[in-house]
Amino acid sequence: MASDGPSQAAPQKPTEQPLPEDRLTKAIIREGHTLGSVTDKISDIVLTRKTPRGWYIGLGLSFCLVMLMLYSIGNLLVRGTGIWGLNAPVGWGFAIINFVWWVGIGHAGTLISAILLLLNQSWRTSINRFAEAMTLFAVACAGLFPLLHVGRPWLAYWLFPYPNTMALWPQFRSPLLWDVFAVSTYATVSLLFWYVGLIPDLATLRDSSRSRTKKVVYGILAMGWRNAARHWERYETAYLLLAGLAAPLVVSVHTVVSFDFAVAVIPGWHATIMPPYFVAGAVFSGFAMVVTLAIPLRKFYGLQDFITMRHLQNMAKVMLATGMIVSYGYLMEIFTAWYSGSEYELHMIANRMGGEYSVAFWSLITCNALVPQLLWSERVRTSLPLLFIIAIVINIGMWLERFIIVVTSLHNDYLPSSWDSYAGTFWDWSLYIGTIGFFLSLVFLFIRFLPMISISEMRMLVPAAEDPEPEQRLTEDSESSQGGGE
Amino acid sequence: MTTTRKTFELEEIRAQLSRNTGRTYWRSLEEAASSPAVESYLETNYPTQFSLLSDPVERRSFLQIMGASLALAGLGSCTRQPEEKILPFASKPESLIPGQPRYFASAMPLAGSGIGILAESHMGRPTKIEGNPQHPSSLGATDSITQASVLSLYDPDRSQTVLHNGRISTRADYLTELRSVLDSGRARRGAGLRVLSTTISSPTLAAQREQFLREFPRASWVQYEPVNRDNARAGALLAFGEDASLRYDFSKADVVLSLDSDFLAQGPSHVADTRGFSQKRRGRKGVEGMNRLYSVESVPGLTGAMADHRLALRSQSIEALALEMAQALDVPQVKDSQSVGGEHSEWVRIVARDLQRNGQTALVLAGDAQPPIVHALALAMNVHLGSYGQCLISTEPIEPVPSAQLSGLRQLCADLEAGQVDALFVLNGNPIYDTPADLGFAKHFNRVAFRAHLGLYADETSEQCQWHVPAAHFLESWSDVRAHDGTHSIIQPLISPLYGGLSAHEFVSGLLGESQSKAYDIVREHWQTQIAGADSQSFEREWRRALHDGLREGTSAAPIDLKLDAKLNVSEISIDAGGGFELNLRPDPHVWDGRFANNGWLQELPKPATRLTWDNALLIAPADAAGLEVENGQVVKLRGNGTELQVPVWIVPGHATGALTLHLGYGRTRAGHVGNGAGVNAYPLQSKDSLWRVNSVQVEPTGAKRTLACTQDHNGMEALEHRDIVRVEDLERFREGHVGAPAHLTAALATATEAPHASSGSESDQTQHASPSHASKSLYDPSEFSYEDQNAWGMVIDLNACTGCSACTIACQAENNIPVVGRTEVSRGREMHWIRVDRYFTGSVDEPETVHQPVPCMQCENAPCEVVCPVGATVHSQEGLNDMVYNRCVGTRYCANNCPYKVRRFNFFSYADFDTESLKLLRNPDVTVRSRGVMEKCSYCTQRISQTRIQAKREGREIVDGELQTACQQVCPAQAITFGDTNDAESAVALAKAEPHNYTLLDHELNTRPRTSYLARLRNPNPELEI
Repeated sequence: MASDGPSQAAPQKPTEQPLPEDRLTKAIIREGHTLGSVTDKISDIVLTRKTPRGWYIGLGLSFCLVMLMLYSIGNLLVRGTGIWGLNAPVGWGFAIINFVWWVGIGHAGTLISAILLLLNQSWRTSINRFAEAMTLFAVACAGLFPLLHVGRPWLAYWLFPYPNTMALWPQFRSPLLWDVFAVSTYATVSLLFWYVGLIPDLATLRDSSRSRTKKVVYGILAMGWRNAARHWERYETAYLLLAGLAAPLVVSVHTVVSFDFAVAVIPGWHATIMPPYFVAGAVFSGFAMVVTLAIPLRKFYGLQDFITMRHLQNMAKVMLATGMIVSYGYLMEIFTAWYSGSEYELHMIANRMGGEYSVAFWSLITCNALVPQLLWSERVRTSLPLLFIIAIVINIGMWLERFIIVVTSLHNDYLPSSWDSYAGTFWDWSLYIGTIGFFLSLVFLFIRFLPMISISEMRMLVPAAEDPEPEQRLTEDSESSQGGGE
Repeated sequence: MTTTRKTFELEEIRAQLSRNTGRTYWRSLEEAASSPAVESYLETNYPTQFSLLSDPVERRSFLQIMGASLALAGLGSCTRQPEEKILPFASKPESLIPGQPRYFASAMPLAGSGIGILAESHMGRPTKIEGNPQHPSSLGATDSITQASVLSLYDPDRSQTVLHNGRISTRADYLTELRSVLDSGRARRGAGLRVLSTTISSPTLAAQREQFLREFPRASWVQYEPVNRDNARAGALLAFGEDASLRYDFSKADVVLSLDSDFLAQGPSHVADTRGFSQKRRGRKGVEGMNRLYSVESVPGLTGAMADHRLALRSQSIEALALEMAQALDVPQVKDSQSVGGEHSEWVRIVARDLQRNGQTALVLAGDAQPPIVHALALAMNVHLGSYGQCLISTEPIEPVPSAQLSGLRQLCADLEAGQVDALFVLNGNPIYDTPADLGFAKHFNRVAFRAHLGLYADETSEQCQWHVPAAHFLESWSDVRAHDGTHSIIQPLISPLYGGLSAHEFVSGLLGESQSKAYDIVREHWQTQIAGADSQSFEREWRRALHDGLREGTSAAPIDLKLDAKLNVSEISIDAGGGFELNLRPDPHVWDGRFANNGWLQELPKPATRLTWDNALLIAPADAAGLEVENGQVVKLRGNGTELQVPVWIVPGHATGALTLHLGYGRTRAGHVGNGAGVNAYPLQSKDSLWRVNSVQVEPTGAKRTLACTQDHNGMEALEHRDIVRVEDLERFREGHVGAPAHLTAALATATEAPHASSGSESDQTQHASPSHASKSLYDPSEFSYEDQNAWGMVIDLNACTGCSACTIACQAENNIPVVGRTEVSRGREMHWIRVDRYFTGSVDEPETVHQPVPCMQCENAPCEVVCPVGATVHSQEGLNDMVYNRCVGTRYCANNCPYKVRRFNFFSYADFDTESLKLLRNPDVTVRSRGVMEKCSYCTQRISQTRIQAKREGREIVDGELQTACQQVCPAQAITFGDTNDAESAVALAKAEPHNYTLLDHELNTRPRTSYLARLRNPNPELEI
């Protein structure tokens, strides 16, 4: 703590004077909170506070988009994949782009929950719950696409190795099959992790709620949690084990997703840089999405005490770091293409930079490589509007990146006779926007019905907590996190 | 006329009734009349019922008949079956095995001659057309139009009933009215009767025509079709002073000069000529003679693409160039003519020298669009060179009734205008649509009192006629036709008329008052008179033999030696003054003059020069497009011949500057669901003086743009330069051991040739040859995947032979039930063809060289598609084929993405038509019809392989090389495709793969080890013309 100079925020005894802003930026929970105030502040959103009008409007709008999504899916099932802009050289389009994009977004949750937990980064506590929820929702959106993009979605279950009378297995050499395993494992572990983390909080809600229905529902979900020491002991173990399980998944999922491309022979896809570059991109976009959600949430629900500027700054630093890795990936793609001397690779790069989709390419470079450089400045990192805009820009940039990878590689591949252009149709866009609505609807439902910040874990961060251990842990954590972050 | 007759009859009936004594009953006025006229009326129209009527029917049986009639009245809506003897299948006809196709020899007539075919029939349904190897016009191959004809047969838009003023009517009603017309016509010895038919292809029909003209001496019978060969005929007339047909022997020609002649794509003998031409162009190791082709053309065609030296000139300038060439050759007929010299005199001089050097083996051809004098000059050049009688043979006219079609039509229009025509019978043509607008045919047509039309479709012409009679397709009826060399063929039906259509023979016999005659009898009777001295037994033998063989052996027209006129009047040849645009009108390579507009296969087949589908466009040279500041698809106003058209332009590298091209056959309004509204009708621009060229047109760009469905959007000129996709080598360099490989591969290839090879001829060795460094680069144990005791199928495509005619694409479509997707889907890039013909240009935009490359599935040994399919829907077969399991496919499209050759096709929608009944008959029962969401691709015609394998197994033998042909291979007129077992070192395909210029696509890059390989294209340029 002390190593950070005079302006650092030491977790000392709560004082009555408000702290200057710059000190606040270093705190992970605003001073002055007690165990009770933390519990009330978070559980009130779910239990007692009047549901704000904005929530209804937001959910209403998102739900309209869900309807749009359902309509697009219905239309797709009735008419066929042809309603999309796909064609002979470009067999994958928006569906795969969106799949990769959503899976990427889904990375932040597990990274924050599992890896940062294992690394004892306690600042993760106030954001992990909704980051995990966001992960689940993003993976749900992502999962829709591979299912829907196949020509005969009603047979998509053939990708699963289930015992059948045809005595057929899936074809294990196909990266798409690896995807099935990777994404379904990831979804399962993320769900378990999220749910296990929720159990003590669900019990808190059960105990605090006054309505019978809520008591029953939360009671069932809390699985008989009695706050016993034995419960806590097993909980901690399970949570840690799940974190251990989830940690490699952070790396594996997007690595496997990148294999969809890297294993293929198409110039622009067939590159060894793909796995690390995809993982970094996933973390990059995942954190951007967390920031995109955290900034409005903390504002509308008054959670500045729990999601402090320090959280946002840390996330901005992660974005900056992963953005640099991604930019390195872009450079390496160009370098390997040039170094290979292969006319096909060279054409692919030249076509990306100067061809039909060059606008998309240069926008992507601007969004993902140039704009994040602003995050070097602390003033930008601490400016909420700028940070929010940068996060949105990164989200757009990461979508463009997938567009560039999928489309520009396919539309001009080996034989010039087959070259053609690709553009999304109305139905491509409607399904994409529809899934954003689906995602947001789930987020709205989540913040209304479940504690969006982990109550139990936050309580551990309160300095006044009777148990001195968390405090001690917190002190160590802050030091190491700052050492790593800067 | 009719009304007076009616009243007369009523008078007659009253008289008849009054004469009766006692109480009598009459059922109808006619019966009451029982006049001979009435009887003949009844006999004509209700022969069966009349026979009953005339029988002394007892009351009991009368009631039986009436009862049965009432009970069956509801069946009246069913198609009335022809009343012929039928036999139950209780005893199975010999050789009919369910599931086994049978083949029948027949012929397809088109524009005056026919091509021999073998029609594949599955349980009575013709499903596929193959060429008849014995037929001189086919030699086993066919073209795209012949291939697609089977789709026209089942076209649900075909006219299905007799129409009277657009309303459904009956043939009986038609015949009734016809009778009265003919009766009055007979009174005037036929003065007001006219028949307008397309070019008569059938000798029987010609005989019927004579009979008609004997019966109606003052009537006339005009033949006209827009794609006629008037110029060639007039040229021969000009040169020889008499009618003659010409045929070529390209297998003898060492040097060919084509003056605007697209002989590889059009004309009665183009299939046979393509064979002859490609035989003389086989590029093999140690090849000695290879022909050299010079082509002067205005419109980029297949011939120009094959040429070693191509000169793009305005059609007008070609006339003078022909004269210049004749002068350079010292042709005596033009000795005194004024010398013409142009900017191409050097070219002409060099080419003339080359022609002279080759003398008897040099051949000069003129295109059908060139005026007669160019044809005459070409003939004179051939005579002078000595190739007349060698490469060029003249015979008696092959067309049964040779005539100057345009002047015939002009006379008819004059008669129409003068009101001299009382009745006009249109046989199979569509003159309202396809005659030059300034003849005013359409304008004066309605002045004819009686207009009847026989046609496959209720088209633009039948709309203007009182009567339309559906015609029978050539696969539904009996007829006959001559090959381009005069060989006779009998056309036999494969199926009874689907919609009760009449053949032209039956229609004309109606004009002769023999409405009950069947085409079979008419044709047979004609041949009974033709086969001289034949008693009935030997006739029967001969007839059956002709039906079996598809031709009458030895009936080709004998060569006759004609004397050239001493002088040719070349004063009409004008020197092209330049300036402005000339517009060339040409038959569309696929929909022809418009008659095939409703054929989806042909509409969707990419056109050679443009790769456009579903539309015609104004073809323009790149330089002119730049001058006009227009781009592809931009609509321009085209003014000429007093009309104005709005038509999208399409830029064609290699098009003659100062010239534009528009193909005929589009802009149909009543073609059917498929053809309606496709493209722009060019006939209004056609003038009665010049069918093929409008000398001066104005072009004015408009702001509008139209999306044209093109299958090859990017011409990729720049991109190909470094890509080893098509290999082209000069013959001289090839002899020195070069194979057209790019420089960076040459070294690797050299080591490969030096490396000793095991001569087992196994497939892997062959592949090794093409990509030396890759053989060992596999994770799998190669011995596990050897095909030692198997057949290892492979294919070689000879780029040197391929003309780019695209017949393979249609043959594949017919064989493999490939759906048509329509203009919108093609413009989205979703065409389904399993074998496509890629076109690449090299060289400059203005004078490019064109190379065509057919691309089927490569059937890679290391197939990138197989690895990535998550459900194992595309797998390697025992014989090394890359099989597609439709039932297992869920449609991830990963395989298509990962296919470097992009030969996989996806059913984005439910493209296959599962609803139209008639199209169900068309399908090949051996091939699955694919549903929505399924990937498909070339299978090397795996159903044919299986069939042959089963056959061979049953006979306990190996499959013999050549026994098995893929559909694309079988149809190819140039024999560019070789297919067979690469394990058999002696097989044609193994030998081709051992050629030094055999190469595989992208194998060096990707180690895919394709089973389909290519032979590099060889050029045989004249060193004097090489810069």
